[in-house]
Amino acid sequence: MTPDDRERAQPHWRRDFPIDWPEAQWVARREFVKFLMPVSLAFAVGQVWLLWRGWRRASAPAPAPARIARVSDVPIGGAMLFEYPAGSPSRILVRVDESTFVAYEQQCTHLTCPVLPAVEREELICPCHHGVFELRTGRPIAGPPRRPLARVTLEVRDGWVQATGIEARTV
Amino acid sequence: MTPRSKFARSQKVTIATGILAIVALIVVLQLWLFTASMNAFLGGDTRVLAPAAAASVLCLGLNLGLLRYLYGLER
Repeated sequence: MTPDDRERAQPHWRRDFPIDWPEAQWVARREFVKFLMPVSLAFAVGQVWLLWRGWRRASAPAPAPARIARVSDVPIGGAMLFEYPAGSPSRILVRVDESTFVAYEQQCTHLTCPVLPAVEREELICPCHHGVFELRTGRPIAGPPRRPLARVTLEVRDGWVQATGIEARTV
Repeated sequence: MTPRSKFARSQKVTIATGILAIVALIVVLQLWLFTASMNAFLGGDTRVLAPAAAASVLCLGLNLGLLRYLYGLER
C-alpha cells in the first residue's frame, strides 16, 4: 500500500520504496525552522551582551588627563607611541606642524593591525590591507576600513602635550 | 476518535514553507541588527544598543511563536 492509497496507479518502484513526500517535506521544513531557533537565540544573546558591554563602558569613569610627551621631544613630522590610560592598547601621537599635534588609537578599525604615519602625505597607513586614514582627522580615505580611528583629544600646556580624553566615532 | 487537523497535508507543507521563509527573513534581520550594533558599539555610539537589543529579543519571540504554531499544526 502506498501512503496516498492509490495502489493501482502506482509504478512498481513506488510500491517498493513508498516515500511519503508531503510528510518528508513537512518534517524537513519543520526541522529547519527548529534549527534556526538557536541561531536566532544566539543573535538575541549577542545583542544583549553588546548592550551590557555598552552600559559598562558608559558607567566607567573617563580617564583623567595625563601628560604624554614634552613638545620638544616630538620633532615636526615625528611620531611617538604612548598608552592612555596606562595599560591600554598603544596610541600614536604625531606632530603635523609647529603647533599641531594629533593622536589616535593605533589599531586599524578594519582588523586592528597597527597603523603607521606617513606625515609627508598626511596619512596614516595600515600595512596589512592597505587601509589609509587622513592624518588630521583620522577618517578612512582608502582601503577596507569604514570607521575612523578613535581620537585622543589633546591639549598643549606648559611645554607638555597632554591627553584629555578619547573620542570613538562611527563617521 | 482523534481530532483531525483542519488543514490537508499538502496545505500544511505550504504553511511550513511560508513559516520557514518568514523565520529565515527574521534571522537575517537579526544578523543585520547585530552587525549594525557592533559597528555602532565599536564606534563609541551606545544609544542604539538598547532599541536594537529589544528588537532582536522581539524577533526571537516571534520566531519561537512561529515554531510553536508549526508544532501545533501536527496535533
